[in-house]
Amino acid sequence: MATNHIVDARAIHKHFGTLHVLKGVDLKVDERELVFIIGPSGSGKSTLLRCLNRLEEPSSGSIVVDGIDMLDAKTDINHARRRIGMVFQSFNLYPHMTALGNVTLALRKVAGKGRAEAEALGRVALERVGLADRAEHTPGQLSGGQQQRVAIARSIALEPRVMLFDEPTSALDPELVGSVLEVMRGLRESGMTMIVVSHEMGFARNAADRVVFMDDGLIVEQGPPAAIFENPTHERTRAFIGQIQRH
Amino acid sequence: MSGWDKFVETFFNAKVMWKYLPDILSGMVVTIELALLIVVTGLGAGLALALLRSLAIRPLNWLIIFVVDLFRSLPPLVIIVLMYFGLPYAGPAPSGFVSTWLSLAFVLMAFSEEIFWAGITSIPKGQWEASRSTGLSFGQTLFNVVLPQAFRLTIPPLTNRTIAITKGTALGTVVAVTEILGQASSAMSNSYNPSPLMMGAAAYIVLFLPVVVAARWIETKFAWKR
Ligand SMILES: Nc1ncnc2c1ncn2[C@@H]1O[C@H](COP(=O)(O)OP(=O)(O)O)[C@@H](O)[C@H]1O
Ligand SMILES: [Mg+2]
Repeated sequence: MATNHIVDARAIHKHFGTLHVLKGVDLKVDERELVFIIGPSGSGKSTLLRCLNRLEEPSSGSIVVDGIDMLDAKTDINHARRRIGMVFQSFNLYPHMTALGNVTLALRKVAGKGRAEAEALGRVALERVGLADRAEHTPGQLSGGQQQRVAIARSIALEPRVMLFDEPTSALDPELVGSVLEVMRGLRESGMTMIVVSHEMGFARNAADRVVFMDDGLIVEQGPPAAIFENPTHERTRAFIGQIQRH
Repeated sequence: MSGWDKFVETFFNAKVMWKYLPDILSGMVVTIELALLIVVTGLGAGLALALLRSLAIRPLNWLIIFVVDLFRSLPPLVIIVLMYFGLPYAGPAPSGFVSTWLSLAFVLMAFSEEIFWAGITSIPKGQWEASRSTGLSFGQTLFNVVLPQAFRLTIPPLTNRTIAITKGTALGTVVAVTEILGQASSAMSNSYNPSPLMMGAAAYIVLFLPVVVAARWIETKFAWKR
């Protein structure tokens, strides 16, 4: 399928039983673009992200990421996922491994690196998130902010072509949010393509290329941050933005 | 003769003990052999069933659950007796030793399958998702991420269950297995004296107390902070 977008999702529908969660979502993302997704809780933001790397199986539609048809039965999904990093609200670090162990697991098991090479690459990734000195710590010995940065390192170590963030700072104490956003800003400056679901409007304003507003399983409107935040055209967008800005 | 002397004479009779010590020792050897066989095969089969169950193949899982529930509800003694006295009518005639081994291994398999399975399912979905999202396969995730965490959770219930079931080797006496209790009770009836039973009790303590202590040590060693 020819496409010049690094992510090209078309007409994505997702049903959970009788619940129609995604109702025909189109999302195209350019290389090096940072797309920011906002919307009320339950509008389908997480489900959309999870469809992109097929953690969730879409009911219908097509998804092409970096030229790979994600929904083709012939696609080696494990190979394709290496190229799509994902960062979760709850970090999901492996508690029985050190930070370095977390970062090197997929390097060894999926990318096929030897232990020494994996550890060298893992240390570079930890360095990039500012945690070179925490390599031997287990998740239980790290703060929430540090855990999330290790989770980011776990993804970037695999040199993904695109990174998905699902509310990466929502589980963090306010004083720890900054360090994670800092790392994300650095990633963006290095040219990483990113799709970010978050409520951090300040970050969206100065880092996002495009803000997408979702409601009830559909993209209602999208555009540059200033346009969406200052001049939303849809009533639902206006209501949502008014609501979160009051907080 | 004072009451105390009479008590010692009866329950800790040196002459009787010395005479039957070799029997008790050979009983210990049999018990150790049985216990090791039960633990290795029972836990191995239990883990294998739990892994099969994680593949989520419906009819297979129903079968696993049926077998597991069956062996969890039958008293071990009944299984041993059925196997030893009943199975020969259907063809194979296992010895008392084999009947006891297989019966208790099945029971341990059933209980440990449930414990392993509970451990596997208690690992948060996010662990699977994080691992799969980095490209690890189902099997790689199971073996590298889920099982190492599940094992730590299963160690306390698993050691308790394993100890309880291996103590069931004493049931082998009813099918003429010459393990500790069998040796002790035949020595008791031959000598008209309960001292061999005391030796038997001592033998169980010598065998199982270190295991219980080791289990406690393993539990603390494998606990980790989340
Ligand atoms: N695995 C699931 N099974 C059933 N319903 C689900 C599942 N995952 C999400 N949902 C439902 O889908 C809807 C959208 O959820 P989600 O994508 O998490 O929304 P958001 O991330 O925007 O808050 C919600 O109503 C949620 O309850
Ligand atoms: Mg969500």
